[in-house]
Amino acid sequence: MQDSLQSTYKQLEQKSKYTNIFLRWFLYFILILFASYFIFPLYVMIVTSLKTMEEIRQGTLLTWPSAINFDSWAVAWGGRGYGAGDTFLKPYFWNSIKMVVPAVFFSTFIGAMAGYVLTKWRFRGDKWVFLFLLFGCFIPYQAILLPMARTLGVLGISNSVIGLVLVHTVYGIPFTTLFFRNFYVSIPTELVKAARIDGAGFFKIFFKILLPISAPIIVVTVIWQFTQIWNDFLFGSTFSFGEAAPIQVALNNMVLSSTSVKEYNVDMASAIIAGIPTLIVYVLAGKYFIRGLTSGAVKG
Amino acid sequence: MFKWLEKNLPKIVMAPAVGLIGWFVYGFVLWTLYISFTNSKILPKYELWGFGQYSKLWASRKWLISVDNLLIFTALFLIFCIVIGILLAIFLDQKIRAEGLLRTIYLYPMALSFIVTGTAWKWILNPTLGIQKLVVDWGFENFTFDWLVNREMAIYTIVIAGVWQSAGFVMALFLAGLRSVEDEIVKAAKIDGASLFMVYWKILLPMMRPVFFTSFVILVHISIKSYDLIVALTQGGPGISTTMPALYMTQTAFHKSQVGLSAASAMMMFMAVAAVIIPYLYSELRRENAR
Repeated sequence: MQDSLQSTYKQLEQKSKYTNIFLRWFLYFILILFASYFIFPLYVMIVTSLKTMEEIRQGTLLTWPSAINFDSWAVAWGGRGYGAGDTFLKPYFWNSIKMVVPAVFFSTFIGAMAGYVLTKWRFRGDKWVFLFLLFGCFIPYQAILLPMARTLGVLGISNSVIGLVLVHTVYGIPFTTLFFRNFYVSIPTELVKAARIDGAGFFKIFFKILLPISAPIIVVTVIWQFTQIWNDFLFGSTFSFGEAAPIQVALNNMVLSSTSVKEYNVDMASAIIAGIPTLIVYVLAGKYFIRGLTSGAVKG
Repeated sequence: MFKWLEKNLPKIVMAPAVGLIGWFVYGFVLWTLYISFTNSKILPKYELWGFGQYSKLWASRKWLISVDNLLIFTALFLIFCIVIGILLAIFLDQKIRAEGLLRTIYLYPMALSFIVTGTAWKWILNPTLGIQKLVVDWGFENFTFDWLVNREMAIYTIVIAGVWQSAGFVMALFLAGLRSVEDEIVKAAKIDGASLFMVYWKILLPMMRPVFFTSFVILVHISIKSYDLIVALTQGGPGISTTMPALYMTQTAFHKSQVGLSAASAMMMFMAVAAVIIPYLYSELRRENAR
């Protein structure tokens, strides 16, 4: 029975071979068409950033630069060297790093602990506590901007990197908790129970048993948080301005500042600089990035 | 004392997360709700004023345009993202060569911020040196493409950039969904003589109902919150033709100092999101309990 089924299936595959060849060409055509649509803006950004303004005016979006020229990158990163009105990304890039590192660390740590308790030290109503935290993934942040601005003011940390660290840590907790909770749920509770009988305490079980096997979910969480916080604009632009601004805010200000001549090559170089850290993470650890996107599957 | 500490340690460890979210999410939303019922201008006042801000909001032309734009954007954004996402997922599912590379290309925009991609699209769509010049140089001399500066069309440039950014995400969701279906089901249908098209149309896509639901919720959520992309691409212009609720809220709060009014607009956004999210969370929770 199994064999005859297999052979019918083989025959069917044979019959459709010719239509298949045509279909496959069509398939690749469409896939490559879309690939070029997706790659097009990146190509344009890179090419434009390497051209001079003269070349930009003469050529089109697609023309290859006559010479590889990193001048606009240097201007975007370090400025032109004169005093007032010279905005460039270097200091804001460091602001972003100073903001991202602690915010990712704290939110990941708190989320790991919460996920651990919610799955391995269950208590009455823990499902509701999880739901309570989960809802935080979805709120439109406009509903908390006004009180947050006042709170940061009262605490004396408005317009500072510390303020942004606090904001990003807090609003990252729902996501990090979700990630760790969903990961620890799949780990057999027997492991924990056995350790408890052996007399291991709360922290010992976490650090000796769960933490060593948590590497994949830590990577997913760190990448997710890093991307979210690095790319954030709403909090950055609302709670900081001037010198404490993170890089996305600085990029936007640079592009919008209307000097007499619009320098598209510098704009594109700045955009690439602001995008490169997350892009590198994506290329190196795409698998984990996608896992965060689809398993968390809650925020764009 | 020590015993008590030991017994309650899990709850104590849980407390910071619960406390922070309770205060910074729930407390703050309630505060915003309260303020939306007051006549607060630059500084919050705590004297109740009824629904005044809400009637002011719905009488404001700018807000109505924002809501209109949001509806147009959400509809197109949903349709294009889902159609392109499904198409790419099905095509990639045909044992394609270089699948990994293609997937990486389709999804990389998700790693970039809307400010970065908005900057790029603004340059590509600008009418003097962008796409228009490209096509004119190809020999189509009468070609014009000025959507970015055209009041009627500018909203569609935001759709173009938004779809470009998020379609790959829908692709990833559907690809994961398709991959989780047993091979045997597809084989059995083929033996019964179903064409590949029928297999997808009649069997696989209906099985993807939860994925549709998830994509729908996430995309609506993204679109209600869309803010960065508009700031980078049009700043709500030309005029106020591409303004959206999120932009309206921050501008009313921080440029016009109408705190009460902006709180009312924030609460409208909150309710719109809640209307989509609460059924979603409910169904997810039920699915988990059924497991």
